[in-house]
Amino acid sequence: MAANIGILRRPVAPTGIWSWVTTVDHKRIGILYGASALFFFVLAGLEALLMRAQLATPDASVVSADTYNSLFTMHGTTMVFLVVMPAGAAFFNYMIPLLIGARDVAFPRLNALSYWLYIFGAILINFSFFMGAFPKQSWVGYSPLTSHVFNPGSGVDYWILGLQVLGLGTLIAGFNFVITILNLRAPGMTMMRMPIFVWMTLIISFLVIFAFPPLTVALTMLMLDRFFDTNFFVDIKAGSDPLLWQHLFWVFGHPEVYILILPAMGIVSDVLPTFSRKPLFGYATVVFAGAAIAFLGFGVWAHHMFTSGMGGWANAAFSGATMTIAVPTGVKIFNWLGTMYGGQLRFSTPMLFALGFVSMFMLGGLSGVMHAAVPVDGQQHDTYFVVAHFHYVLFGGSIFGLTAGTYYWFPKFSGRMLSEKLGKAHFWLMLIGFNLTFMPMHIVGILGMPRRIYTYSPDQNWGTLNALISFGALVLAFSILLFIINIVRSFRSGEKAPMNPWGASTLEWTIPSPPPHYNFAVVPTVSSQHPLWDEEANVIEPPAVPAAEEPQMPAPSYWPVVLAGSITMIAGGLIIYAGMSWAGIAVMAAFGALGLRAIYGWIFEPPYAEGAGHHHA
Amino acid sequence: MQYVAGIDPHRTSTGLSNRKMVMWAFLGSDVLFFGTLIGTHMVYRGAGAGPREELLDIPITSISTFVLLMSSLAMVLALAAIQRGNLGSFRLWTAATATLGMVFIGFQMYEFTVFAHEGLTPRSNIFGTTFLVMTGFHGAHVTVGILWLWSLFFASFKGKVRQATSLDVEVAGLYWHFVDIVWIVIFGVVYLIGAYGAEAVEGATHAAARLGLG
Repeated sequence: MAANIGILRRPVAPTGIWSWVTTVDHKRIGILYGASALFFFVLAGLEALLMRAQLATPDASVVSADTYNSLFTMHGTTMVFLVVMPAGAAFFNYMIPLLIGARDVAFPRLNALSYWLYIFGAILINFSFFMGAFPKQSWVGYSPLTSHVFNPGSGVDYWILGLQVLGLGTLIAGFNFVITILNLRAPGMTMMRMPIFVWMTLIISFLVIFAFPPLTVALTMLMLDRFFDTNFFVDIKAGSDPLLWQHLFWVFGHPEVYILILPAMGIVSDVLPTFSRKPLFGYATVVFAGAAIAFLGFGVWAHHMFTSGMGGWANAAFSGATMTIAVPTGVKIFNWLGTMYGGQLRFSTPMLFALGFVSMFMLGGLSGVMHAAVPVDGQQHDTYFVVAHFHYVLFGGSIFGLTAGTYYWFPKFSGRMLSEKLGKAHFWLMLIGFNLTFMPMHIVGILGMPRRIYTYSPDQNWGTLNALISFGALVLAFSILLFIINIVRSFRSGEKAPMNPWGASTLEWTIPSPPPHYNFAVVPTVSSQHPLWDEEANVIEPPAVPAAEEPQMPAPSYWPVVLAGSITMIAGGLIIYAGMSWAGIAVMAAFGALGLRAIYGWIFEPPYAEGAGHHHA
Repeated sequence: MQYVAGIDPHRTSTGLSNRKMVMWAFLGSDVLFFGTLIGTHMVYRGAGAGPREELLDIPITSISTFVLLMSSLAMVLALAAIQRGNLGSFRLWTAATATLGMVFIGFQMYEFTVFAHEGLTPRSNIFGTTFLVMTGFHGAHVTVGILWLWSLFFASFKGKVRQATSLDVEVAGLYWHFVDIVWIVIFGVVYLIGAYGAEAVEGATHAAARLGLG
C-alpha cells in the first residue's frame, strides 16, 4: 500500500544521518532533544557572558545598548523555549515509555513532528541574526514596545513566528504525552504506582495544552497588528489597551514557569529515594502537591503586573493566590527531607545535584514569597532582586534538577557511566559559581539597580558587586565546560554501565543499558511501586527473545520533517510578505501545498513498514 | 513484577482509543484558544468608535446558526450509518454535513461582505478587529472540518472508510460538533447579548422598578 502514495520512498536504513532525520523512535528523538538543548544552552550562556562582560565595570562599552537589548531578549527566549523546555522534553521522550513499561509513545510520528517544529522554530528565531535584526523587546515582548513605532525592524516578526512554530511543536508533544501516560501503561502500572517523574510529566502536559493556546492567540494578535494594522494592542487613541498583552502573556507565562520547574521536581523525587534506599516519603502527597501547584498556577498571572495599576482588590486577590502556592511547594520540600531522613544516603553525583536542587530552589521560593506581597514587590519590581529570584528557581531549580537527571539516566541513554570525579568537580564548581553569580544580585537589586540596563555610572557604587557577579558567571561557565567534557569523554570511553548501576527500583532499570529499540521484549506486568526493590532478587533478568521474534516497531517516516519544514516556511513566508508581498504569498502557497501533501501522505502511510510481519510478544 | 506472554500490544490502559482521547485533549486545548478570542472581544466591549453591534443581523445569523446545528444532526447520522456498515447512507449524510457547513461559510462570507460595505473591517476599529478575527478563526475551523469531511467522503470510494474503521469518522465528528458548540457560544454571547444586551438590561431595570425593587 505504501508504494502508491508517493514521491518519497520509505526510509529503511537503520544508521546514518537519514535514519536520524526520519526516526520515530522515542529514544532517538529524546537524544536529539537533549543534544539540541545542550547546544542552545551553550549559546544562551555565551549571550549571558557577553552581558556580564558589559556589566562587569561601570561605563563599559563592550557592547552597544542596542546589542545589549538583543542579548537579554535572546538569552531569555533561548533559555525558556530552546533550553529548559526541550531538556525536559528530552527526558519525557527517552524516559516516559521506559518508566511505564511501554515500547514507544502513543503517536511516534507526531513525536518526530514536535522535535522538528522545535528545531525549525529555533532556527527561525535565530535566523534574525543573519538578517541583522535580532529581536530586542525582551522575552516578554510587552506592548507597545513591540509595535512598528518602537520596533520597526523585522526582529519582532522572527520572534513572533518562531515562537508560533515552537509553540505548535510543544502543544503536539503535550497531547502526545497525556495520551501516552494515560493509555500506554504496562499491565498493573496503576496511576498511583507510576514514578513521580511520570506524574509530573502528565501534569506538565496538561499545563501545556491549557496554557499555550492563550500565547498562540496573543502572538497571532500581535502579528495581525504588525502585518495588517489591526487594533488589538497599539491603537490607544482608538481605545485599545496595551495591558491586554500583559494579561494574555502571563496567563500563559505563569503556568509556563511550572512547565519549567515540574520536570526537575519529578526527577529529584525519583533520584532522592534511590540514593536514600527508601521509598519516597508521602508519595500521594507529592502527586497531589504537584497537581495543586499546576492548578493554582493558572490563577496567579497578575502578580507579574502589581505595578501596572490594576487596583487594590485585584492586587490583593493575586497576592493571596500567589502565597497559597507556597503551601504545596513547602509540602514537597518536607517530603524530600522526609525521604532522606533515616535513609542510607549515598552522595553520588546525581544525589549531589538533587540536593543542590532542593536547597537552591528553596532559596528561590523564599524570595518569591517576598515579592508576592504587593508593597514589597513595588520596591523590587524590575530590579536585579527579581533577576536573582528567578535564576534561583530556574537555574538553581530547573537546571540543577535536569543535571541530576542527566547524571542519573546517562548510563541508560548511553550504556556508559559519567565520570564521578569530573561530576563532583562539576557539582561543586557549579554550586559555588551559581551562588557567586546570583546571590549578589539580591543585594545589588535592593540597592536599586534596575534590570535590562546596559550600563551604570561609577558613583552608583554597584561596581564591586557587579564585578563579583561577572567573576561568578565565569566560574559557572567553567563548570558547564567540565559537564560537556564529561559527557563527550564518557560517551566514548566511559566505564560500561550495568543494567541497574544505582540499585534503583523502577522499570527502566530492568532492561539493558542502552535499551533495545523495542525497549521491552516482553511487556512486564507490574505489581508494586518499586518492582526492583519488592522482588526477592534485586535484579530481574528480562526474558530473552530470538531475533526473528523481536517486536515490530513503527517504521521511520519522511512526513514529519517535511510537514515541520513546510509549516516553518509558511511562517517564513509571512515575514517575507511583510517586506515584499508577492514573494511572500508565493512562498506560502508553495509550502502550503507541500504541507497539505505531507498531511495526506502521512494519513495514508501505514505505521509499520511494508511486508513486515507483526510480532507481538 | 512478572513477564506474562501474550498480552495484546494494542490494548490501552483506559480501554479508550488513543486517537479518540487525543481529539478530546485537542478540543480541551481549543476551548482556551476560543476562550481567549471571545474573552478579548468581551473585554473590549464598548471600546473605541465606529460601526459595531448595530450591524449584527440577528434574523440572518439565526438561519445560518440553524444550518450549522442541522449539520451536526447530519454528522450524527453519518456516524451511525458507518457504524452499521451502511456505506451509501454514510456518503449521503457526510456530503450533507459538509454541504451544510459550506452553506454556513457562505452566510459568513455574505456577512463579512455586508460589513465591509458598511465600513467595518479588521482595521476599521476595535470592534472590527476583535469580532472579525474571532469569527474568522471560527470560520477557518469550519473550513478545516469541511475539507476533512470531503476527504472521508472520497476516501470511502477507495475502500478506506469501513465499518471496522468507523473510529476515523467518530473523531472527525467530535471535531465537527465542537466547532458547532463554539458557534453556539459566539452566537449567544457575541450576537444576542451584543445586539440585545443593553435593551435587556434596560428592560430588567424597568421591570425591577415596577416591582419596587429598583
